[in-house]
Amino acid sequence: MRFGKLASAVALTLIAATAAGCGGGEDDAAASEKLVYWASNQGTSIDHDKQVLQPQLDAFEQQTGIEVELEVVGWPDLLNRILAATTSGEGPDVLNIGNTWSASLQATGAFLPFEDSVLEEVGGRQRFLGPSLAATGAEGKPPAAIPLYGQAYGLYYNKKMFAEAGIDGPPATWEELIEDGKKLTKAGQWGLTLQAGQVTENAHHASILGAQHGATFFAPDGTPQLASDPAVNAVQQYLDLMQKHKIVDPGNAEYTDTAKSLKDLADGRAAMFMNQASAGSFELAGMDMANLGVAPIPLPAAPPAGSRKVTSFVAGINLAVFDNTDNRAGALEFAKFMTSTPVQVALNQAYGSLPVVTDAYADPAFQGPDVKVFQDVLSTTAEPMPQVPQESQFETLIGTAMKEMFADAAAGDPVDAASIKDRLVQADEQLAAGS
Amino acid sequence: MSEPRWVSWARRLVLGFLALFTLLPLYAMLASALKPLRDVQGDWHWIPTRLTVEPFVEIWSTIPLADYFVNSLIVSGAATVLSVTIAIFAAYAVSRFEFRGRNLFSVTVLSTQMFPGILFLLPLFLIFVNIGNSTGVVLYGSRLGLVITYLTFSLPFAIWMLAGYFASIPKELDEAAKVDGCGPLGALLRIVVPASTPGIVAVAIYAFMTAWGEVLFASVMTDSDTRTLAVGLQEYSTQVDVYWNQVMAASLVVSVPVVAGFLLLQRYLVAGLTAGAVK
Amino acid sequence: MTTLTEPAPEVAPDPGPPSRTRLRRRLRGVPLPYLLLLPAVALELLIHLVPMLVGVGMSFLKLTQFFIRDWSAAPGAGLDNYRFVLDFDTAAGRALLASFWVTVRYTAASVALAWLLGTAGAVLMQREFRGRGWLRTLFLVPYALPMYAAVITWAFMFQRDTGMVNSVLGDTLGLVGTGGDAPFWLIGDNSFWALVVVSVWRNWPFAFLIIMAGLQNIPRDLYEAAAIDGAGWWRQFRSVTQPMLRPVNQVLFLVLFLWTFNDFNTPYVLFGESPPKEASLISLHIYQSSFKTWNFGLGSAMSVLLLLFLLLVTAGYLAVSSRRRTVV
Repeated sequence: MRFGKLASAVALTLIAATAAGCGGGEDDAAASEKLVYWASNQGTSIDHDKQVLQPQLDAFEQQTGIEVELEVVGWPDLLNRILAATTSGEGPDVLNIGNTWSASLQATGAFLPFEDSVLEEVGGRQRFLGPSLAATGAEGKPPAAIPLYGQAYGLYYNKKMFAEAGIDGPPATWEELIEDGKKLTKAGQWGLTLQAGQVTENAHHASILGAQHGATFFAPDGTPQLASDPAVNAVQQYLDLMQKHKIVDPGNAEYTDTAKSLKDLADGRAAMFMNQASAGSFELAGMDMANLGVAPIPLPAAPPAGSRKVTSFVAGINLAVFDNTDNRAGALEFAKFMTSTPVQVALNQAYGSLPVVTDAYADPAFQGPDVKVFQDVLSTTAEPMPQVPQESQFETLIGTAMKEMFADAAAGDPVDAASIKDRLVQADEQLAAGS
Repeated sequence: MSEPRWVSWARRLVLGFLALFTLLPLYAMLASALKPLRDVQGDWHWIPTRLTVEPFVEIWSTIPLADYFVNSLIVSGAATVLSVTIAIFAAYAVSRFEFRGRNLFSVTVLSTQMFPGILFLLPLFLIFVNIGNSTGVVLYGSRLGLVITYLTFSLPFAIWMLAGYFASIPKELDEAAKVDGCGPLGALLRIVVPASTPGIVAVAIYAFMTAWGEVLFASVMTDSDTRTLAVGLQEYSTQVDVYWNQVMAASLVVSVPVVAGFLLLQRYLVAGLTAGAVK
Repeated sequence: MTTLTEPAPEVAPDPGPPSRTRLRRRLRGVPLPYLLLLPAVALELLIHLVPMLVGVGMSFLKLTQFFIRDWSAAPGAGLDNYRFVLDFDTAAGRALLASFWVTVRYTAASVALAWLLGTAGAVLMQREFRGRGWLRTLFLVPYALPMYAAVITWAFMFQRDTGMVNSVLGDTLGLVGTGGDAPFWLIGDNSFWALVVVSVWRNWPFAFLIIMAGLQNIPRDLYEAAAIDGAGWWRQFRSVTQPMLRPVNQVLFLVLFLWTFNDFNTPYVLFGESPPKEASLISLHIYQSSFKTWNFGLGSAMSVLLLLFLLLVTAGYLAVSSRRRTVV
């Protein structure tokens, strides 16, 4: 009686919750023509991304009749969502991944391998920028993804502050960078700002400077070798900007987001910043764009033995196709569309990133001097991050170790070569054992 | 009882400290929500130099805040209703009957509180996916999946507290109801439940707050349609910027109804705890 | 075979819809208490116990990114995962151990302070005074605030150069250096205390609430009797309030202990995915070891060890506290 009533009330609640809770929509019937697309957050907000992408998706639907359901996934969630999709087999048809994740995700076997024949279907290997295509998976294996947005590091500097300090151009060597930095450092002003509390940023710089010192973090057979002497020197060189040369505000040790460094430059609290192409963000941060210049990250004046001419890693976003998609043809059609020249021009212009297909650079939008610098870096002096399955562990371990060393340096505890070595050995051990 | 002078001084001192400790972050939240982004990123100023309500406008378009809010309300609300309902039955069994396995049940349920969430997050996720594949009941990515997950988070404490509360209600009242022709369930619904309102409200508040704030499971088990606030608020920090003023404004907006509800019901909470948990 | 003190209840012969009647008939043989427990048991099994057993199973597999797509292909690892995390001669073992000790210290500091503040607040508010209701309401706000909102606000306040904390401690009170000498809170040694402060801020209202409720159960005449015996305020607190609160405190300590020890959200929101090593709590460490690196066998082994530890501590605590209770 009463129990029955209550039970049906509970049942009703449950049903109501179920009905209200049918999210997702991946499994909708008659969805084989429809594509689900997870985009990473490239713009200033999720909403901004939707505004940028939706017109392109509409155009795609008009061309092909294939509807694309867009979900913009924030960075904090993206890797976990991909993990969930991989484990369960329930995921999108097409998705964006950070290009440094390529080899890790390739190892799961969840993504459609872009064999040569498949690459042909999306326009062919030769259309893509070589370095970007190299950052799509382990060497010798078919790419797990294709490039979508390109990025590279450059050295942003404040022309006005340089002029005031009597420096006539950006530093050409690392030694000059330190020298200029010292000239630019005075009360309330620092030569350089670093995202020293940001794990992945630290890892990126370790890899760039590591290459300049001749370090390879993984042996050809995949064995990690993080604690080599060149690697120690590279980390030391980066750390010394704050600790020895004192051209970086120790407060930077807790900078975990780009915004703070951008703002330091915009407000004249720092004169230089090594970052990916970010003109739009500088503008948002209130930078006087007339004062903003960009140059390649400098190389050492006297390169040590084994040094490679690297001023950036191949940064960017890749596009992957889920292996168990119901609509392989449609997914590849979409991949082709997203990497077609007009779409590349439109999207990379909107996001301030670099096209990954060579044709797109003919567009007037990519003729400015700044873009030329980045384009040149990306196509000639950029090296991919290690394309090994443990790449994300590598970034986490070495980046965290550097973050901690910066914390020590900022607190006034000196970090010498021996202690750098010690920490890199630990990271190495963890990496070797965890795989 | 009379109290020495030092106690009244200690009271002023300690309560003053606690009030300050509690208030400072709340003030930081409010003041920052009323500043333009550039001011929030700069040095801390107690009084906003440029007041603006723009963050309160922008929060709705930077992320789909309204959707997340509705999701959180549905998920937390449903989890609360179900958790309390299920806990009432279980607590009644535990408090009114002697049966084989009673202790086993109590111990097992309470010990689930010890499980590190990390340990069963991935397996649970897989189980949800398999249930979905074999029965068609979508648990992964749906609100339903989150609802039943969250309700079990608050269930042990709810059962334990309600059992304590029910035990404080004289059994004679049940007996009287049974004489009047009610079964045990009739007695539960007619006598025990109405007499336990404060305890039930206290448990409901607890269940709601547990579901409302959970981050870890929500981040893996929801998609953009079902995302809850606890996860969604993180989207104010994008790759290039942290919209501190909007984070604060959004935090305030979503907190106000919850805090208000909580405070309206707080008298029940204290009364419920007094008779239930702490007896 | 059941030991019911009450007979299994007669379910009223209510002629409901046929299907329900059939279900009811089938369930009739089952004693009522079990029926009442059924939903709770079923859900706990589904959400907690079965996944936990699966998790234990995972800890014996070499479940890396190469196999997560198809678990059945994952090779067995025997006790390798356990051997690996418990080998304190390696960096990984040492990191786990360090994280464990950080968690122990964090739990001890946070629980003790939350309890202390809760007790102080509740006891000092026993007596009626003007504004008491308002103050009590204020004190409960941190508990009602969404977790993310509360912790992110603290992260904002703890920023070294632009945060409110250094502004108060340095500029206003002069307790710490300013400008280039200002202390860091989100990195380095202080990060541990930053974490404790946030945790206490969020948890002490709960202790306050529970103790306040406990105080209402202490009969007034106990205080009156003590006063007649000439006991002062402090004496009354020691000999009436504290003993009467003991059962409440026992439960409160256990609940706070479990929450704090398993705390994931506070450090995750405060520091992000990579906390400073001084504040690297074990749950975050496990998260990093499994979700960042996709080595779930290893992560599960760590979780199982953590669970064993918590079971041991809780069992020990309950044994000791219940023995004491019978003595008192």
